[in-house]
Amino acid sequence: MDKLLELLQENARMSCEQLAVMLGRTPEEVAAQIDEYEKSGVIRGYHALINWEKADANHASALIELRVTPKRDKGFDEIADKIMQFEEVESVYLMSGGFDLAVRVNAATMQDIALFVAKRLAPLDSVLSTATHFILTRYKDGGVVLNPEDERDERRTVLCD
Amino acid sequence: MIDYRQKMNPAILEIAPSGIRKFFDIANEMKDVISLSIGEPDFVTPWHVRQEGIRSLEDGKTWYSPNRGFSELREEICRWLKRHYHVEYHPDTELLVTVGGSEAIDLCFRTLLAPGDEVLIPQPSFVCYGPLTAMAGGVPVYIETKAENRFRLTPEEIEEKLAPRTKLLVLPFPNNPTGAVMRRADLEAVAEVVKKHDLLVLSDEIYSELTYGGTPHVCFSEIDGMMERTVVVNGFSKAFAMTGWRLGYVAGPSALVAQMTKLHQYGIMCSPTTAQYAAIEALKNGDADIVNMRTQYDMRRRLIVDGFNRMGLTCFEPEGAFYVFPCIRSTGLSSEEFCERLIYQEHVAVVPGPAFGACGEGFVRVSYSYSIKHITEALRRIEHFLEGLQK
Repeated sequence: MDKLLELLQENARMSCEQLAVMLGRTPEEVAAQIDEYEKSGVIRGYHALINWEKADANHASALIELRVTPKRDKGFDEIADKIMQFEEVESVYLMSGGFDLAVRVNAATMQDIALFVAKRLAPLDSVLSTATHFILTRYKDGGVVLNPEDERDERRTVLCD
Repeated sequence: MIDYRQKMNPAILEIAPSGIRKFFDIANEMKDVISLSIGEPDFVTPWHVRQEGIRSLEDGKTWYSPNRGFSELREEICRWLKRHYHVEYHPDTELLVTVGGSEAIDLCFRTLLAPGDEVLIPQPSFVCYGPLTAMAGGVPVYIETKAENRFRLTPEEIEEKLAPRTKLLVLPFPNNPTGAVMRRADLEAVAEVVKKHDLLVLSDEIYSELTYGGTPHVCFSEIDGMMERTVVVNGFSKAFAMTGWRLGYVAGPSALVAQMTKLHQYGIMCSPTTAQYAAIEALKNGDADIVNMRTQYDMRRRLIVDGFNRMGLTCFEPEGAFYVFPCIRSTGLSSEEFCERLIYQEHVAVVPGPAFGACGEGFVRVSYSYSIKHITEALRRIEHFLEGLQK
């Protein structure tokens, strides 16, 4: 029932009735399936995709590349676990390639992020180096274009003379 | 002053305007209008297809193509037709690339019809068949398909309208505006009549890739004995969301295609070359795009059919294209009144059924080639409109 996940990923606010109609199932079946996904952890949450630049709030974010020393037996899990405890951290990924962890950090200002990196991340025991890349503009996020130039329907009616 | 009416071909003056213009004029002036009236995909042409068009321009490939279309494109079309519909055409003699399906339809009428030849045209259907028949010197004879038959064409309905001059039958399925499809058994029944009365068939299959419910489209020329009697019209507009590229094709017996090519060569020269390069990519690597778009349309279709049925506007389940054709007789309004009030009161635009033939009275055409969000809001407004009518 992957279609259900796709639909929810696109719009988590659709009702079970609507989803059921679109998928050719009963609302009860859909509700049960969602329940199942939530319980098993396939669905881990629902949130709004916010264009903070428009929300008139102070909002800065950065992608931080970390090179770290993996620990015996625990590999990268231990350091990842420490990093994700910080509430400023939105996401933590283990990466292939030239560095180890990619950390996305949100804060009110760039200064806050700089301080966070200097005071919290860099001093951690296994962190060898950090490289902080500030996000300047988010063009597309979570599959959505954030500032579409023109949303008008440019299609026109033909054959209406 | 020149009296231009005296200077023109009387046949063109006799073609009636479609009469739905006013709805669009009203719709265009309103700010928050929600339209469910448009008959083209809301998807943009897949990016990899657009890229090939762009690349051809970057490479400076801006010349004419051969009259019939690039041989690579014709070969890919034939491969695609074989892969999807199990019909075999020779790319050099049985295929012609046209400016949209529309040109293909026009060429077919002008090539086949002698003055006075009759063309059987099922309705409700796309608006071009009658006028183009008339301009080619033929006589359009309309067949009314019925809601109780799910708007499919029956052999009896054809036989009722047969006359000594009947030459050609138009098969507009999957159908705009009803969403009706003809399944294999329905086509076989039609084929019997076609054979018995020595007819030719123009099968307009432009919506062939948009059928739902898991049963794929059947190309009419695949039906036993129909290859030699059928001109198949298809194109890229609906399957690959390429309406603006204007590219279609006609596949049929070589003797007919040769004559159509002559006309195409003098009237058009060749189809747009940028579009042809893009189309090659679409045919080679676009099957997944079709599946994806079809899945999206199918979910919208279920949503909108369910919505209308809940409101009490009975809606026969459309199995093709991207239209629903709900019956609005329960409101006591004519199709035109319904559409006019709906647009003034709720700012929702749909098309009155009679725009697609007189037998469309009592119905409206609603397109679901729109986002779920858009469709949901439109349904909400239509429901509100119906509640208002009941008071």
